[in-house]
Amino acid sequence: MARMKFLCDADRCIECNACVTACKNEHEVPWGINRRRVVTINDGKPGERSVSMACMHCTDAPCAAVCPVSCFYTTADGVVLHSKDLCIGCGYCFYACPFGAPQYPRVGNFGSRGKMDKCTFCAGGPEKDLAKEEYVKYGSNRLAEGKLPLCAEMCSTKSLLAGDGEIIAQIYKERVVKRGYGSGAWGWMTAYRESIAS
Amino acid sequence: MLAPLRFCLALMALVGVLAFAVPAGAQQPSSVNPTASSVKEQQLLKELNKVQGRGTIPDATSYVLQQPAGRDWRRFHEVTLPWVGAVAILGMLAVIVVFFLVRGRVRLEAGRSGQTLVRFNAFERFVHWMTAVSFILLALTGLNVTFGRGLLMPYMGAEGFAAWSQYAKYVHNYASFPFTIGVVLMFLTWIAGNFPAGGDLTWIKQGGGIVGRNHPPAKRFNPGQKLIYWFVVLGGGAVAITGYLLMFPFYATDIAGMQTAQIVHGVVGVLFVAIMLAHIYIGTLGMEGAFEAMGRGQVDVNWAQQHHSLWLERERERGRVDAQGGRVAAE
Repeated sequence: MARMKFLCDADRCIECNACVTACKNEHEVPWGINRRRVVTINDGKPGERSVSMACMHCTDAPCAAVCPVSCFYTTADGVVLHSKDLCIGCGYCFYACPFGAPQYPRVGNFGSRGKMDKCTFCAGGPEKDLAKEEYVKYGSNRLAEGKLPLCAEMCSTKSLLAGDGEIIAQIYKERVVKRGYGSGAWGWMTAYRESIAS
Repeated sequence: MLAPLRFCLALMALVGVLAFAVPAGAQQPSSVNPTASSVKEQQLLKELNKVQGRGTIPDATSYVLQQPAGRDWRRFHEVTLPWVGAVAILGMLAVIVVFFLVRGRVRLEAGRSGQTLVRFNAFERFVHWMTAVSFILLALTGLNVTFGRGLLMPYMGAEGFAAWSQYAKYVHNYASFPFTIGVVLMFLTWIAGNFPAGGDLTWIKQGGGIVGRNHPPAKRFNPGQKLIYWFVVLGGGAVAITGYLLMFPFYATDIAGMQTAQIVHGVVGVLFVAIMLAHIYIGTLGMEGAFEAMGRGQVDVNWAQQHHSLWLERERERGRVDAQGGRVAAE
């Protein structure tokens, strides 16, 4: 069975934000919610690196562990999803997530959080696959159509890879060998307890 | 006409040679290594325990790429806090049960005299009960966040428990306001009698009448009550401040601050529950004649003589007790 992962090649990312735009458009993500974002480290200095980050769909997901109502579940592909019907908007998944993936709409008084929203690996939610209710709540379900996440498909430099962990790790390793350098797979140690020797 | 043409051809030949000569190097593996000067993920994590950069989204919290401290917070919330809470609350319940079985109820040794004096006026009682009721609501809904999943969800089902937890969250947020106001008012109203004083050590050394059968004298508030007072004021202040930080996320703190606020809120909260169990016990079941102090506001003179003799003396001097008041044995 495939174990889905993301890998962002920081040496190729040019901060074009095509992945961010693709995700926002495909799932009609509301204003203020950022499922995917690009972070630039050492901006303007030598050694500047940009990384595209959304939910990493961790092994032993910390978000799932701390949820007071247990609204998370992991699919057979290793994709971490959650149910917006059960979510109470407490915010604990954000405190636990090493990558800041959970997002909350601002719905009411004080800092009242609405239902949590995050990257779904384009795999929808607990509703029936490809149903309208699923689209309204979670966005499109490309995995059910046999496609891969749109952010990786739209990446202009193919720095963002998404798919079976073994395959994309292999692709990345080949790149590192061919060009002679690589800053490593950012986030893999934290998310999957794996590193790809660069 | 031939000279400019030859010049152009020579120029083109020169450009051609240069064009082929220079870029050839780029098609072989480069000896340049851009990664040598770039940041390394593990290095950043080791130095700062965080990887942070810049982004283009207005939400500044999104500029943190990785915060592994989330993993430590997860272990605190899933392991440490449930242990602390269970030991504190169940331990306190066990202590109370054992104490009741061994020591029994603290009785009025002279019985009731029938004569009473005012201990707490209407305002004080209102503030106490407003705070107490809010506390019960906050305690139950707060404990639900940590323990509800394990204790209630198996019986309520996922949807039922989620619906209950959603309302519990709102109750917790709104009940925080009367609780905070109550704590502030209690702080102001009762600070006069709650400063540590000379007689306190004596009272403590004699076990306060609860351990053993001594009757050490006490003023309006004995050291046990003073401890409760200061715990409520300081602990209540701590949960209020951290609670509001949690309720207005990222208003004044970053992610590390939010995690710290939740840790303080959780630990002080469960200790609060444990200590209030003892307070509720002693004020209801544990001591005869105690509840009416806060319930009706008036206490029997014999009760005051037994537990707060110095306060009773003062009240007599101020003429707040009947001239006939004193130890009267029940028939």
